[in-house]
Amino acid sequence: MSRPVQFNITPKPVDYNGHISVVDAPEGHMGEGFFATKLSEVVGLARKNSIWPLPFATSCCGIEFMATAAAHYDLGRFGSERMAFTPRQCDLIMVMGTISKKMGPVLKQVYLQMAEPRWVMAVGACASSGGIFDTYSVLQGIDQVIPVDVYVPGCPPRPEAILDGLMKVQELVGQESLRRRNSDHYQKLLDSYGIQ
Amino acid sequence: MSLTNEQIQTRLTEKFGEQVSAFSAPYGMLTFEAPKELNLKVLQFLYDDETLRFQFLTDLQAVHYPDNKGKELAVVYHLHNLVDNVRIRFKVFTDINTPDIFTATQLYSSANWMERETYDFFGVNFLGHPNLKRILNVDEMDYFPMRKEFPLEDQTRVDKDDEMFGRGGSVN
Repeated sequence: MSRPVQFNITPKPVDYNGHISVVDAPEGHMGEGFFATKLSEVVGLARKNSIWPLPFATSCCGIEFMATAAAHYDLGRFGSERMAFTPRQCDLIMVMGTISKKMGPVLKQVYLQMAEPRWVMAVGACASSGGIFDTYSVLQGIDQVIPVDVYVPGCPPRPEAILDGLMKVQELVGQESLRRRNSDHYQKLLDSYGIQ
Repeated sequence: MSLTNEQIQTRLTEKFGEQVSAFSAPYGMLTFEAPKELNLKVLQFLYDDETLRFQFLTDLQAVHYPDNKGKELAVVYHLHNLVDNVRIRFKVFTDINTPDIFTATQLYSSANWMERETYDFFGVNFLGHPNLKRILNVDEMDYFPMRKEFPLEDQTRVDKDDEMFGRGGSVN
């Protein structure tokens, strides 16, 4: 017997015959046989519901991520079930765990191998700030080597927090202007990290 | 009959006389010192001697004693006799301004990486080492982090309030 539990992100009655929840259409003008909206809305909608994450897991936050990706919390509900360990195909790098100073250049290289548009999520205290490891060998936050979009606090964060972080990334992805990656502001940001 | 600490001490004093000193046995493990110029001769003797047979180097590291003027750095060898299952600890001391010690890599291959690690963290210069460069820390590091004059904390942090961490500030 199936349990009466709903796991849908959109609060609406589940169609038990279809078993599929569909995201809402963006704002636009609709008439007989046509629908008009902004291109950026459509692109954002497509991108935000098919983020391919690259897990860069080095310690206990990685274990929490595994729980997040497993059946109980199920990252796949957000269109992110396709975990890839190849940076060239991924949209979001999730850095989970302590990054030592020796690991810094490796992380940066993985980030550089990702194609634009790319997003970065720092999961946990260590990736965000070095955490308890205020020591000579540990990078004090990955934002010293790559730009970060979303920080998830916690030591380690609960799977719910990681999901919340992913939803924040989805928000950013869905609202991003199509010109952002070509802007001077973005160029300056990358220059400040010595990228390109 | 297995090898006792007294037998090892007797063999060593027969061979080296007053040069080997400070014998003690904390937790039953024989510990002694020798001048740093003699480290290879002592190790070779411990390796070759028919009764001692300390042919396995378990560990090698350094200790920094900032108050021990002229003998600030201790290099400690942990040796194991696999036949009799006996372990000993052998120390040599060196001035921190001339931290030159002869390498043990010709005698024990396992000394290679351990000497690199000791160089990495304490700056002990192992003379004759085939590849003495940093092994664990980043190559760009310009100091030896385990020496006590260097604070453990990362010095690039500006956002941490020392007062909140119980060091410095007005709270004591």
